[in-house]
Amino acid sequence: MKDNPSRPLYLVPYYLWIALFVITPIALIFYFSFLDLTGTFTLENYKNFFSSVYLRMTLSSFWYAFLITLITIIIAYPTAYWLTKTKHKQLWLLLIIIPSWINLLLKAYAFIGIFGLYGPANKLLHAIGAGPWQILFTDFSFIFVAVYIFIPFMVLPIFNSLDKINPALVDASRDLGASSFTTFRRVIFPLAINGVKSGVQAVFIPALSLFVITRLIAGNKVITLGTAIEQQFLVTQNWGMGSTIAVFLILFMVIIMMLTGQKEKGGSLNGKTK
Amino acid sequence: MAKLSKLAKIYLALVFAILYAPIFYLIFYSFNSGGTMSSFEGFTLEHYGAVFNDTRLLIILMNTVIIALLSSLFSTAIGVLGAIGIVFLRNRQTRNAVLSLNTILIVSPDVIIGASFLILFTMIGIKLGFASVLISHIAFSIPIVVIMVLPKLQEMSTSLIDAATDLGASKRDILTRVIIPYIKPGIFAGFFLALTYSLDDFAVTFFVTGNGFSTLSIEIYSMARAGITLTINALSALIFVVTLGLVLGYYFFTQRTGQSPGTRGAKL
Repeated sequence: MKDNPSRPLYLVPYYLWIALFVITPIALIFYFSFLDLTGTFTLENYKNFFSSVYLRMTLSSFWYAFLITLITIIIAYPTAYWLTKTKHKQLWLLLIIIPSWINLLLKAYAFIGIFGLYGPANKLLHAIGAGPWQILFTDFSFIFVAVYIFIPFMVLPIFNSLDKINPALVDASRDLGASSFTTFRRVIFPLAINGVKSGVQAVFIPALSLFVITRLIAGNKVITLGTAIEQQFLVTQNWGMGSTIAVFLILFMVIIMMLTGQKEKGGSLNGKTK
Repeated sequence: MAKLSKLAKIYLALVFAILYAPIFYLIFYSFNSGGTMSSFEGFTLEHYGAVFNDTRLLIILMNTVIIALLSSLFSTAIGVLGAIGIVFLRNRQTRNAVLSLNTILIVSPDVIIGASFLILFTMIGIKLGFASVLISHIAFSIPIVVIMVLPKLQEMSTSLIDAATDLGASKRDILTRVIIPYIKPGIFAGFFLALTYSLDDFAVTFFVTGNGFSTLSIEIYSMARAGITLTINALSALIFVVTLGLVLGYYFFTQRTGQSPGTRGAKL
């Protein structure tokens, strides 16, 4: 490009946006994490974070996020794999994706009905003689709904990476005498691992920060980092402590991105942060 | 290509059934004349009537639509200009830095966006309500527009611009007569995506909405916390239809631009 097509003036709103809504908010979170309730500078929040209450909460949040991610992979991988083998696979993929566009609250609300004491889940249990159970407000309902929500986000990247695999490689492996399991383990899985990594990125971090589902489905029994932040900001009004938890959530996010990050060719044009 | 085994077909059918069951369950009971989501008594449209007779709900619906339209218009304008700016950045390192900054709001969990915006608005003295919600929605939609527009800009041949320059086009002409028409599908896709992001958002809005102002998702949240009312079911059936329309619109544009259909990030 010899010349810019116009003066850089038109970039002002965009750069202003970056300064005001990307950099400043992060800086403010860090700043507030050092303030106590009266607004004086302190390290108390960080000390508190490492107390047993918050550590236990962080660990349980990780445990739930881990379980949710694992179950989502177990369900989504075969789905994605078989989808690549269907006719009209793009259409089927679109059908998998559509539920992810439906407002999360509505899906959570649906499960309040489904898992309710007189809902269809309990009717089914009753029919097979297992009697009514309290399904709502348990760990089970929380994990179930979270997995339900995240399935499309896991299927999509895995589908994309499986779909890119050259079928000749699979044929070659068959011709060389590999069983279908070996072919999967040695050829398909390694080639599609990047899809799984993107899926983990798209599921694990949101799973750590869920608060809608915990409030509606888990009846405040499950506390994730997201729930804790919401609680500190909007209920307890302790913005300092909330910010400190947010700082750690950001930190965990960066670590997870680094662990699951992929080397990109020719500069990161699709803009994934490192 | 190997054919799908029976097991595979059953598995896929099961996944599809589970994915759609809650949505159709909601819609089914929106026609229930009984008051619950557990026993269907008879067909009625009264819950739809309730939606349209509830002035408060209609105002909230209006708010939601106005916020969505305004925020996607503004974010599309700023995002398109930003994307053009990024493409013309000559220094690769600067460009990567800007792109990374652009991505931060896409990958950040909503709680963090919401909490940090809440601090920001309080610090600079913006009253929580319509303004703070609108500004937040513009802010989190801009990077999406940029991401949607960039690929179109990158595939545009520079010779187009050189040719326009040789033919005596001013910089302004180049922007409005060459670049913008060329990237139009990307702009529309970005606009659609921003629209659905805004309509869909709960968590960020929840933080910055204050007391007097409410959007549909905030309202649904408080209704759902209070318990089951079939008005929500009727509302969700309507939302489902609108969403489906938007998805198909978005799909139509991305198909034309040759991008594969994508989910939005897990914005929860």
